Amino acid sequence: MNVELVLFGAFALLTLLSAGLVILARSPINSAMALVSTFFFLAGIYVLLWAHTVAVVQVLVYAGAIMVLFLFVIMLLNLGESAHRGKPTLSRILGGASAVGLLGVLGITLSRVPAQPANLGPQAQATFGTMASIGQSIFTQWLLPFEAVSLLLLVAMVGAVVVAKSRI
Amino acid sequence: MVPITYYLLLAAALFCMGMFGVLVRTNALVVFMCVELMLNAANLTFLAFARMHGDGIGHVSAFFVIAVAAAEAAIGLAIVIAVFRSRGTVNVDDIRTMKH
Repeated sequence: MNVELVLFGAFALLTLLSAGLVILARSPINSAMALVSTFFFLAGIYVLLWAHTVAVVQVLVYAGAIMVLFLFVIMLLNLGESAHRGKPTLSRILGGASAVGLLGVLGITLSRVPAQPANLGPQAQATFGTMASIGQSIFTQWLLPFEAVSLLLLVAMVGAVVVAKSRI
Repeated sequence: MVPITYYLLLAAALFCMGMFGVLVRTNALVVFMCVELMLNAANLTFLAFARMHGDGIGHVSAFFVIAVAAAEAAIGLAIVIAVFRSRGTVNVDDIRTMKH
């Protein structure tokens, strides 16, 4: 048993547990808090994949900004526990069953992917997943998508104000 | 060394849990949270394949996914607020004006 496998097992178990809480909790506040812990444990998994920069961004943007937005909206709308559970309609049962079926199909497919992590040399180990190397490829090879994303964020910002404001 | 397959299976499980929540839950806010869960599963897949091939493009894609998720959350929550203001509910079963 090596340390990496034990850490992966612990983080994976906690991630799945809190993701289960997200979809099963009755009150939206509990769902949101479970989602925050899911993001934290996923950041741990990202670190195990040597993606420490993405892990930090995950905590800053997801667990920080996006979840604050969610909690803000939940408290603004003052949503308590849902008084009635949704009726188990046919479409809902079919939806749940198809999600479970998809899990089965994905599991069978992905377990056949020949997958060993690449053996990175000392040179690559020093640069893999660092802010410098990611920034370099964002601002050279992927500059156009980056600008498109910035435009998307601008549009989303304006759109959110326009949609949520009652009178302009 | 943990095989990449484990990470991929974790991502698949996370995606399916998110999909289950989207299809089964009735609260629009919880549905949005489950969409975030699915986006995170996609991110995990990107990072797992980046580690498998030892190149950083997957990390760049994960950044873009995070930015798109932020935009989606902002717009989606604005729509939820607008719907709540006009209908007084965020239950997706009660919002079916466009269903015909």
